[in-house]
Amino acid sequence: MADTATAAPTTASPAARKGARGGGSLWRYVLIRFLLIFPTIFILVTTVFLMMRVTGDPITAALGGQLTPAQLEERIEAAGYNRPLIIQYLEYLGQIFRGDFGTTLDGQPVVGVLLRYGGATLELAFYALIVAFIVGIPLGMLAAALRDRWGDAVLRVFAILCYATPVFFAGLVLKLVFSVWLGVLPSSGRASPRVELQIGRIDNPTGIYTIDAIRTGNPAYIVDVLQHAIMPGIALGLLTAGVFLRLVRTNVIGTLAMPYIDAARSRGVSEYRLVRTHAYKPALIPIITVIGLQIAMLLGGAVLTETTFEWMGLGFQLSEYLKARDYVAVQGIVALLAVIVALTNFIVDIIAAFIDPRVRY
Amino acid sequence: MSKPSIWTRLPIVHQYRQSVGLQRGMLTAGLVICAVFLLAALLAPIIAPYSYNQLSDGAGDTFTPRQAPSAEHIWGTTIAGYDVFSRVLWGSRTAFLVIVVSVLLSMFLGILLGLVSGYIGGWVDRVLVVIADAVYAFPSLLLAIVSAIIISRGQSDLWGGIFATAISITVVFIPQYFRVIRAETVRIKSEAFVEAAQVMGASTWRVMFRHVFRNATRTLPLVFTLNASEAILTLAGLGFLGFGIEPSAAAEWGYDLNRAIEDVTAGRWWTAVFPGVAIVLVVMGITLVGESLNDLADPRLRTRRRASAATPADAVAATTPAARNEIGETE
Amino acid sequence: MSTVTDHAVEIRDLQVTFATDGGDVRAVKGISLDVAPGEVLAIVGESGSGKTVTARSILGLLPETARLGGAVILNGTDVVGLSRERLRALRGPDAAMIFQEPMTALNPVYPVGWQIAEGLRAHGTVSKQEARARAIEILGKVGIPDPATRVDHYPHQFSGGQKQRIVIAQALALNPSVIIADEPTTALDVTVQAEILDLLRRARTEFGTAIVLITHNMGVVADLADRVAVMYRGDIVETAPVRDLFAAPQHEYTQRLLAAVPRLEVVDRAYTGDPEAAPVVEAAGLEIEYPGRFGRKPFRAVSGVDFTIRPGEVLGLVGESGSGKTTIGRAMAGLAPVTGGSLRVLGTEMNGRREREFRRTRRELGFVFQDPASSFNPMLTLGDAIAEPLIVHGEASSPADARDRVDELLEAVQLPKEFGDRFPHELSGGQRQRASLARALALNPKLLIADEPTSALDVSVQARVLELFQELQERFGFAALFITHDLAVVDLLAHRVVVLHRGEIAEQGPTAQVLGNPRDEYTRRLIASLPVPDPVAQAARREGR
Repeated sequence: MADTATAAPTTASPAARKGARGGGSLWRYVLIRFLLIFPTIFILVTTVFLMMRVTGDPITAALGGQLTPAQLEERIEAAGYNRPLIIQYLEYLGQIFRGDFGTTLDGQPVVGVLLRYGGATLELAFYALIVAFIVGIPLGMLAAALRDRWGDAVLRVFAILCYATPVFFAGLVLKLVFSVWLGVLPSSGRASPRVELQIGRIDNPTGIYTIDAIRTGNPAYIVDVLQHAIMPGIALGLLTAGVFLRLVRTNVIGTLAMPYIDAARSRGVSEYRLVRTHAYKPALIPIITVIGLQIAMLLGGAVLTETTFEWMGLGFQLSEYLKARDYVAVQGIVALLAVIVALTNFIVDIIAAFIDPRVRY
Repeated sequence: MSKPSIWTRLPIVHQYRQSVGLQRGMLTAGLVICAVFLLAALLAPIIAPYSYNQLSDGAGDTFTPRQAPSAEHIWGTTIAGYDVFSRVLWGSRTAFLVIVVSVLLSMFLGILLGLVSGYIGGWVDRVLVVIADAVYAFPSLLLAIVSAIIISRGQSDLWGGIFATAISITVVFIPQYFRVIRAETVRIKSEAFVEAAQVMGASTWRVMFRHVFRNATRTLPLVFTLNASEAILTLAGLGFLGFGIEPSAAAEWGYDLNRAIEDVTAGRWWTAVFPGVAIVLVVMGITLVGESLNDLADPRLRTRRRASAATPADAVAATTPAARNEIGETE
Repeated sequence: MSTVTDHAVEIRDLQVTFATDGGDVRAVKGISLDVAPGEVLAIVGESGSGKTVTARSILGLLPETARLGGAVILNGTDVVGLSRERLRALRGPDAAMIFQEPMTALNPVYPVGWQIAEGLRAHGTVSKQEARARAIEILGKVGIPDPATRVDHYPHQFSGGQKQRIVIAQALALNPSVIIADEPTTALDVTVQAEILDLLRRARTEFGTAIVLITHNMGVVADLADRVAVMYRGDIVETAPVRDLFAAPQHEYTQRLLAAVPRLEVVDRAYTGDPEAAPVVEAAGLEIEYPGRFGRKPFRAVSGVDFTIRPGEVLGLVGESGSGKTTIGRAMAGLAPVTGGSLRVLGTEMNGRREREFRRTRRELGFVFQDPASSFNPMLTLGDAIAEPLIVHGEASSPADARDRVDELLEAVQLPKEFGDRFPHELSGGQRQRASLARALALNPKLLIADEPTSALDVSVQARVLELFQELQERFGFAALFITHDLAVVDLLAHRVVVLHRGEIAEQGPTAQVLGNPRDEYTRRLIASLPVPDPVAQAARREGR
């Protein structure tokens, strides 16, 4: 499910635009990149729609084996799924434009679901990214420095292992070892029930437990929240760590082969400084672009991780809706996520353009 | 020496002979694992002591569920009473089928689109690129879920499940093949020999297929291995979320892991560890092969440049590092 | 071991061997050299001579697969076998290096001032302000205008020539006793090259630095060097003061090398065809413009160009980078669109042509590309590639069918018939360019377009290819557009010359006239900047400049 090496989008990737005459204004890039958001969202949302409707409808999918054909017909007609596809599509677009992503079976608007549970997923993604950064990047640089020696091979195998291990399996193994056998970490949830209650009581809870726990000022709460976050964070973060490791390694090796590194070496710059300063920046810029895609990957992985650890976030909810066969909700969440992904990639690309002076239209 | 023997020019064999030291070790390890996987998939009916949905032995005694590894069930039994060892073996068959179907579907379409789009350019190309980027940047699992819902229409027999998974993976993978092949096509398009063909008046098709295509498919093995490994991970993911294939229809590792959550909480490790390790090993094997092939094709990453290229493909690789901007690598 | 010596660099019996998969390669086979303080020593040779390896060994800048023998004494310290840390310490203050490609010698993501200051920081503690002040100072010294502002600019904001100046500034910042210049002007235009050579000369006088100049360009040698060492396949074949070397070369290889250098002799080559015949190519008010992206101004590559090419005539198209010469050549071949004016090629108007019509005319057209490495499809044999035009235009049904004609063509370009079965990577650059000629001539074209066909080749190889071209042109009588930046080459081949500057014609006319008696200011500057491979004459020209 995870992409290792394949990363940045072709048009908008700053790295891909390297050949462009540099020095153009940053604002121009921002504007153009911003305009590209709309077609992106449009395409994704359309894809979701097509995949949901072209071969059938949500009602048949949900209740296919359970109701008689006549009953199915009735429901389909009531929901309007038998109208011409184009009409359904236009209505769908209109709804999305107005911010209406559908309602769940128990009557909640999907946007509301996002707001309630989004914070949890955000928190999880955040921890995962921290793990990924702490593990992936330094190890990647180490692997590049140790290139082709044993250490490098070990690290590369480690990176592949991170990629090859499905998040849910990593999660299960962590649970087994640390919760069941060693008993040092809690096996599920975001915080102990008591703590959760206390955190929820503060004024204007953000929904992000770490922040809220800090706001209560009680160190025991903070510890509790962190204890619950470690395993899910590691499980989800290792996935991305492997990607970062491999990417940093390749880029640093590639950059070290550049003539300007040799030129710096000829002026007496030390090897250590060469890797740290000269190779660092050009090698890391693509990482930023990759982050955009990793966020997408994290969202997918979040669904699996949250299910494994009963982490009450968006992913867990999605999983519950799937079990309940509430496919309208599923579709709505996925469409909403499409919008979010498009926006996130935009922000990430802008940051990358800011850092790399060559990237401007 | 003009044309080296056909034996040494075969793709994997050639790279194997080229590799040195640790890289060779990686390639070997990967190949061995893949071989084991293939054998397991092919010979499952023969090797597995029981069938994937078998709940009782020949004599009619039902298996005791939740049993730790023992003589009759070397890897134990699941919460429902299936034999873990058999399910893992049969699961390799399912995984294999999904890979084959999804790769076949996505490869051809992706390559063709990438080639045509990259070569012809223009607004068609721009549109396709925006579409590909959009789909590509989206969590593949989520798209897979959405399509699996519909395609399976609530049923989950073996072939229904396989096709549901395969098609959803295809949708997600066509953009990948597209991007890689397109990038190579665009790069090759500006090479002198392509222009030479254009100047002499060769038709568009001739230029595309005789000149561009054969040179653009250099990075294909890597994408293929990525495709294959992601197919397995997506299949397992879908299975884990409940979209897998019913145990009565076939064995699937992800589904087994879903059933194993309860076992883990109770401390029973054998239902989770074995299928999980199977997934890890297979994906690792495939990825190792892919990474090695990739390294060998890129002179910057290969240990010790050769003094003379043995085949045309090597020569190309020796002069053009496979720096891929689109995958975030610096040039 | 510290030896008391006056020399800036002393090389004694240096051997360098590389370990490759194909066995050991002896790049340098035991050479001895010395460089006096403030002297310019040029090491000349073609590819594979070992000159770059020798120069790099002075700084210990060789890959790990290299094994060194002998001694390289830099300012009294033997570099061979020196510890890493001591090596690092002397890189910069004792010796510094200038590279060939200014584009890639500077890190694109850091400002130039930072990169200059870095050298200072690596060799001692300097405060940020001090480093910056020094950077500004040195930028000014190498001729970068407005250094105080530009010190914070990024490399891509400078031109190629300016980038090379910055690289020189980086080298000079640490006041080394020796600068090793590895083909410092090869990637630059002729006029820019002259300026950089001046700068290097000033570095020698003002700073007292010795220079080890690596080059294959004899004109540059004649302009800058005091002494010359000629290398061939890892050995030094001759060392002499520059005037002696050029006036009376002793070794056979040196003689061959000097003979192969194209010189501006201003030969009067008369056109022998029918002056009334319809021209093969006719350009009138030719304009080629590239649309700007995202609202930028369009870029005009070529504007208002008029010229003709008569049957059997060779027209030399000369200019520096950005002059538009390649664009015109490509437009003639249908690879670049004509946006204004008229360009008639073999009877077809290229502006707004229909490709299907032109396709038939394409058999009368041959094209030779600049880069031998990418001129051929690496997956096809030479025979397949040369047969391609024949197959495309229906003269043969398959490469096997065309084999006879292919053999004929290979023979015409003096390549053995067996080469038809070889792959491009098995051939050298010169051989590939000859094969490229063979392919271009497959259908007996009326017009051949050659885009810098010899620029990427060694001097002696270039001479052979040019000779071949001349011979073939006389034999088959095709008209030709020969695009080049090298005036001496044009002198060798062309009947008439067109000099391009920034997309417009600076001057055109018979070769003897344009090169011998130029009227236009730019043409004169171009000819004056071209270093003549004769130190005496070159010194006189410099006085006059």
